[in-house]
Amino acid sequence: MTAAIPPTSDEQLDHLQPTGWLRYFSFSLDHKVIGLQYLVCGFIFYLIGGLLGGAIRIELASPMSDFMARDVYNQVLTLHGTVMIFLWIVPVVNGAFGNYLIPFYVGARDMAFPRLNAVAFWMIPPAGLMLISSYFITGAAQSGWTAYPPLSITTPAAGQILWILSVLFLGGSSIFGGINFIATILKLRRPGLKLMQLPMYCWAMLGTSILVVLSTPVLAGTLILLSFDIVVHTGFFNPGLGGNAVVYQHLFWFYSHPAVYIMVLPAFGLVSEILPAHCRKPLFGYTTMVYSIMTIVVLGLVVWAHHMFTSGTPPWMRLFFTIATSFIAVPTGIKFFNWLATLWGGRISLNSAVLFSCGFIVNFVFGGITGVMLAQVPFDIHVHDTYFVVAHFHYVVYGGSVFVIFAAIYHWYPKITGRMLNEHLGRFHFLITFIGFNLCFAPQHWLGLNGMPRRVAEYDPQFTFINQLSSAGALLMALSTLPFLWNVVQSAINGPIAGDNPWKALTPEWLTSSPPPVENWTGEAPLVTEPYGYGVTEEQFQKTATNNSDRRSSDQ
Amino acid sequence: MSIPSIIRILLLGIILVLGGLWIGQNVNLLPVDASLNAAVYDELFRVLFSIGTILFLGILGLVLFSLIKFRRRPGQQGDGLALEGNLSLEVFWTAVPAVVVLFIGLYSFDIYDRMGGMVPLNHGAHDHQQMDMQQNIWGGIGANVEVSNTDNALAALPVEVTALQYAFLFHYPKGDIISGELHVPKGQLVSLRLEAKDVIHAFWVPEFRIKQDVIPGQPTVLNFTATKTGRYSIVCAELCGPYHGSMRSAVVVDEADDYNTWFSNNAKTTVSEA
Ligand code: HEM
Ligand SMILES: [Cu+2]
Ligand SMILES: [Cu+2]
Repeated sequence: MTAAIPPTSDEQLDHLQPTGWLRYFSFSLDHKVIGLQYLVCGFIFYLIGGLLGGAIRIELASPMSDFMARDVYNQVLTLHGTVMIFLWIVPVVNGAFGNYLIPFYVGARDMAFPRLNAVAFWMIPPAGLMLISSYFITGAAQSGWTAYPPLSITTPAAGQILWILSVLFLGGSSIFGGINFIATILKLRRPGLKLMQLPMYCWAMLGTSILVVLSTPVLAGTLILLSFDIVVHTGFFNPGLGGNAVVYQHLFWFYSHPAVYIMVLPAFGLVSEILPAHCRKPLFGYTTMVYSIMTIVVLGLVVWAHHMFTSGTPPWMRLFFTIATSFIAVPTGIKFFNWLATLWGGRISLNSAVLFSCGFIVNFVFGGITGVMLAQVPFDIHVHDTYFVVAHFHYVVYGGSVFVIFAAIYHWYPKITGRMLNEHLGRFHFLITFIGFNLCFAPQHWLGLNGMPRRVAEYDPQFTFINQLSSAGALLMALSTLPFLWNVVQSAINGPIAGDNPWKALTPEWLTSSPPPVENWTGEAPLVTEPYGYGVTEEQFQKTATNNSDRRSSDQ
Repeated sequence: MSIPSIIRILLLGIILVLGGLWIGQNVNLLPVDASLNAAVYDELFRVLFSIGTILFLGILGLVLFSLIKFRRRPGQQGDGLALEGNLSLEVFWTAVPAVVVLFIGLYSFDIYDRMGGMVPLNHGAHDHQQMDMQQNIWGGIGANVEVSNTDNALAALPVEVTALQYAFLFHYPKGDIISGELHVPKGQLVSLRLEAKDVIHAFWVPEFRIKQDVIPGQPTVLNFTATKTGRYSIVCAELCGPYHGSMRSAVVVDEADDYNTWFSNNAKTTVSEA
């Protein structure tokens, strides 16, 4: 824990660690390097996952199974889900931004356990490669990212085992990361910095890391039992040997429902950093935000069976989980109303970061509403395991977390690289992402309601047109990454110089140079007790509004 | 806040609520309703759809309004309002969603009850000698019906459903019929007892709005009453292998007479028709 603080480590690091671009391929202990490693690695897997998703949408452009062999289709959809969750969203919203930002926010020079941090990152590329290469070597797993037995026991074993190994590694990485975040936030705070003065992203990461540490080991244990069933033919989940297939579902969702909050709580935190800086207003309702996060953490642990309403669950259980799940909407709602109030009365710069953040609000509200509908047993019984559910979770995961990742990249790119991104390209990127996303996923609600199950390679021809519409949206989403990639690469080379604090933001990462030096500050870390101290009084606000001549005519 | 602006907000709110209700009640996103369950389900759907529309349009409107009204104009300097919070507002938007969610929860409980979802699953199993032969029912809607006490016409029609890769088989204990399609008379309560041979499947009839996983080793139950004659797809909704997408069957709902004809043409054992 001391590794982060002693001043001498400065020179030590300089000697031991490569500098320049090489350090991004090294076992670097610098939290900023590790954060970027997570981000770039995650983005590469996002492109791979995107190709897999594109393959699914091509197959579904016609009602017959004519693009891929049926078992290949199941491998592709399993890989798509696993890559997107475990190699893109979880590592990026936690590992990438968490590592980059948390030490700044607590006023530390690095994470609590820098070496564990590097280990956690370096578990990801091998695990990812193993997962992807399983497709070429043995054929990948075919039982979906949920890997329900007995299907996962009866499909080809080699692919399933490689899948389990890879997810175990990724889960381990995630646990190491979680421990590190908890320790850093609680123990490495700069003297004088109180918990209730931390930027909101710290609270989000604290809550998330608690979920990671509590629930991921359950997934690990479950997958190990599953691998016993596959390899040595034990019968934990195999009804043929007296096992119970539904118990696996309980254990799996005990992790995987919290996992959805592991994907979205950090995104909530990032939005809470981005909006105040660009609206020039304090974050509305700091205290209620903190309590909502913690309420979500607690409730998130007791709602898992809402994924099993049509499974072997008795009536009382169906009912209990309906009520518990519905109530998650309350703390979630508080956060959204707080963001709306943060927008209200602001001086909002309509830049790419804000557009993606507001796109997130709109998409997530939609996904949250379908979530509350799904939480109602009688409603869910019709649409469970259909495209309605596919639409729901893409609205929250893509429309929520992925939109926020883009917002965050637009917001922190100047800090990370020292250069500005091109705003026109950024807004264009937002526009086609938003349109493509909604075109792809909104129609899927209708498909589910009208009889199209999920995870199928062929479907009733009456659904052809709507599926093609959805595939067209997917194409637009694929194209939307091009302006983004161009922008990111081009601006790194000759974007305008950003300066240390182009947004005039108040959170600590902006109070050092861009890009920041090794160990973050040349002198002592600043004590930021009001990370959201923006804003003027009502009178001043009116004055600056009417001072402006082009405004007087249109609005009195 | 001045009086006219309060009136304006109130007016907008009323328009929003009425608009949402109108959309929720009049936009139909569902297929035909062909069972007693389906009618009840559609009622719930319309309520949820109305509430959802009101909420979504309201929040969308607020976001768009804020982005336009409070956008930074060219040349404008300075910060926004220093609003850090407002206790009564925050209490308001905690309490209102809590009440709405509570209402939705209680309402859907009522709906579920009307669908027969709250009937104890192993009802009637106890005071029988076959009790130990009878396997425990693990999930589903409605009570398990026993073959032995279904000889009167009012009782449910029991059918045993077996799912295997990639087909459904329907066994009618009464006539010892095995069929690849499910035939049921209109207006008659049908009680399915479902069990899988290999992996988990799911039995779904979109026009009936019912679904139940079919699990190996854990029998489940699904009761329904069809209300419209016709032929409806039975869809497997749980990933069960490469041919999952083609695992389909059909349920044929006939008038009682037509059903009886089908039944006697296929029955292997003669049973007393009611
Ligand atoms: C208001 C909050 C939410 C509620 C009430 C809610 C409710 C539900 C329910 C009931 C299901 C099960 C549907 C079914 O399989 O029949 C579900 C599925 C899912 N939800 Fe949500 N949800 C919410 C927010 C989220 C968030 C924030 C995420 C992730 C960021 C998320 C991700 C998912 C995923 C991935 C699935 C599908 C898992 C699968 O079967 O593969 N949900 N949600
Ligand atoms: Cu969940
Ligand atoms: Cu299936």
